[in-house]
Amino acid sequence: MWARAARRVLRAPGGGGRGFASKAGGGGVSAGGEAAPQERGRVPGDVIEHLERLALVDFGSREAVARLEKAVAFADRLRAVDTDGVQPMESVLEDRCLYLRPDNVVEGNCAEELLQNAHRVMEEYFVAPPGNITLPKLDEQELFSKS
Amino acid sequence: MLGRTLREVSVALKQGQITPTELCQECLSLIKKTKFLNAYITVSEEVALKQAEESEERYKKGHSLGELDGIPVAVKDNFSTTGIKTTCASNMLKGYVPPYNATVVQKLLDQGALLMGKTNLDEFAMGSGSTDGVFGPVKNPWSYSKQYREKKKQKPHGENEDTNWLITGGSSGGSAAAVSAFTCFAALGSDTGGSTRNPAALCGVVGLKPTYGLVSRHGLIPLVNSMDVPGILTRCVDDAATVLGVLAGHDCKDSTTVQDPVKSFILPSLTDVSKLCIGIPKEYLVPELSSEVQSLWSKAAKLFESEGAKVIEVSLPHTSYSIVCYHVLCTSEVASNMARFDGLEYGHRCDINVSTEAMYAATRREGFNDVVRGRILSGNFFLLKENYENYFIKAQKVRRLIANDFVNVFNSGVDVLLTPTTLSEAVPYVEFIKEDNRTRSAQGDIFTQAVNMAGLPAVSVPMALSNQGLPIGLQFIGRAFCDQQLLTVAKWFEKQVQFPIIQLQEIMGDCSSVFENDLASVSLKQ
Repeated sequence: MWARAARRVLRAPGGGGRGFASKAGGGGVSAGGEAAPQERGRVPGDVIEHLERLALVDFGSREAVARLEKAVAFADRLRAVDTDGVQPMESVLEDRCLYLRPDNVVEGNCAEELLQNAHRVMEEYFVAPPGNITLPKLDEQELFSKS
Repeated sequence: MLGRTLREVSVALKQGQITPTELCQECLSLIKKTKFLNAYITVSEEVALKQAEESEERYKKGHSLGELDGIPVAVKDNFSTTGIKTTCASNMLKGYVPPYNATVVQKLLDQGALLMGKTNLDEFAMGSGSTDGVFGPVKNPWSYSKQYREKKKQKPHGENEDTNWLITGGSSGGSAAAVSAFTCFAALGSDTGGSTRNPAALCGVVGLKPTYGLVSRHGLIPLVNSMDVPGILTRCVDDAATVLGVLAGHDCKDSTTVQDPVKSFILPSLTDVSKLCIGIPKEYLVPELSSEVQSLWSKAAKLFESEGAKVIEVSLPHTSYSIVCYHVLCTSEVASNMARFDGLEYGHRCDINVSTEAMYAATRREGFNDVVRGRILSGNFFLLKENYENYFIKAQKVRRLIANDFVNVFNSGVDVLLTPTTLSEAVPYVEFIKEDNRTRSAQGDIFTQAVNMAGLPAVSVPMALSNQGLPIGLQFIGRAFCDQQLLTVAKWFEKQVQFPIIQLQEIMGDCSSVFENDLASVSLKQ
């Protein structure tokens, strides 16, 4: 009878052997038989810089870097899963064909509407600052002095 | 009239008991009175009144468009709406006015619905509290309910204190609050990791996440393309089915919508559940689950069993890795999706003009808040060449394992899974903000995100009030594309539990006339 099983499952403290730690702060795990806490490796400074350049978003503070480190530590838990022979899943609809529209133009001609949302336009162009100029290299000091 | 269900009001409109304009005015008036909830970012008063006028004309001529004609609805502010600013609660899109309607918005408008406004959310839908948007946090209407206040035994001189209000959950908190406070009959949310179901459970409304691929995402500003789904929030399951019936279907502008013919979403009234098999996933019993939610979950299972259904314990073995997998995939896709915000074609643009890169970097620093930036940076970390295999691909493999867990369970004869939606009832804002967004999201999404990774339909149905007088909801998960079956079971459950109506007359003062005669007649009769 389910009722008996239910009483066992839903009233057992910690839900039996498979306690699950959901507290995500700093990779902390509750006593649920999880693997030993992963090392909280610091993310090296050159990776930080590289990320800032790739994302074109800056960390802005030491707290942000600490948050990244916590996020990475959290993600490290995946190592415990055995994925031998498992194919990566990109989409839940992978067993279907993606729909493609016939290549006929049915709408468009709305340049004026689209240009209205941009701050800087000239005639029908979006105006961008000059490209091909890399961001200046920032040393560690400057990284964390920005607010 | 505002306390009625969508269908009841639709009938009332047809019979001329009320006109769309009157209905619209009442909702607008209520929106003004409940402004302190901060549920709406934009109230589209003129648009709504004009739509109401047009709807009235149609009713006069007897040519109403359907059940949604003249019905006030609200839309989360990450859906594009023509001519109405769409901000995603972010500085990056402050002042952005889209030149097109999201497909789901268009479908609602084509059916004659009245667009009351755009609702508040966490910035770019990242969060589980609706507390991190630039327009401020959303307050849970239940903070002001008679049910909650009576239990709290407010000190008499503390009556005007508003320091301990509760969060709505997120990220579609504005939509949930709007529906819960009767300012509209249905609202659109989005659901990437539980963003529709979480606030639905905390605000005592029904929150439906349809199967991935059933409803078009065109116009929904994307967070995670492989998991996002437009969500539907209503006050009862039948209403959610009605709205789903309007929104579902292939959209040639969204190639991730399936081309299967759309089945009807009219829900039969189940009387016999003996052929049903309900699964209870044992791994969802986590230590952090509040004892009240746990006991309600148990009570619900017993309810099904006592009515003849087969209720069995099932296993989803990879549950404990689900939230981690979600975290990696979500941040990675976010890093990619947020790359479009560079200030050039739309949205905020900074004043720097030295170089494109400098301009992009400064624009994005100014436009995004810490949460968004944090996720972008985390995502980029997981996508670095040296990390791609170990994090991103690994997470994709784990995703398959999680999706397979569900497939195996459903293949073993289970029709619907029953789980909690949230760990506990709504908490006070001052408590919620003690931890950072990522921690709170990991806690808030714990029961809901696995469903997004598997692309399955799920619905949160309010069950009962906690000891503090706050709503607790339970989640039903169905097989892919079996949304109608899922909702049928949910509807049966809703009828059994008879969740109480929120009593907000105290703070709404003279709005009580709006509810007169309605509270007596509001029923969940089908």
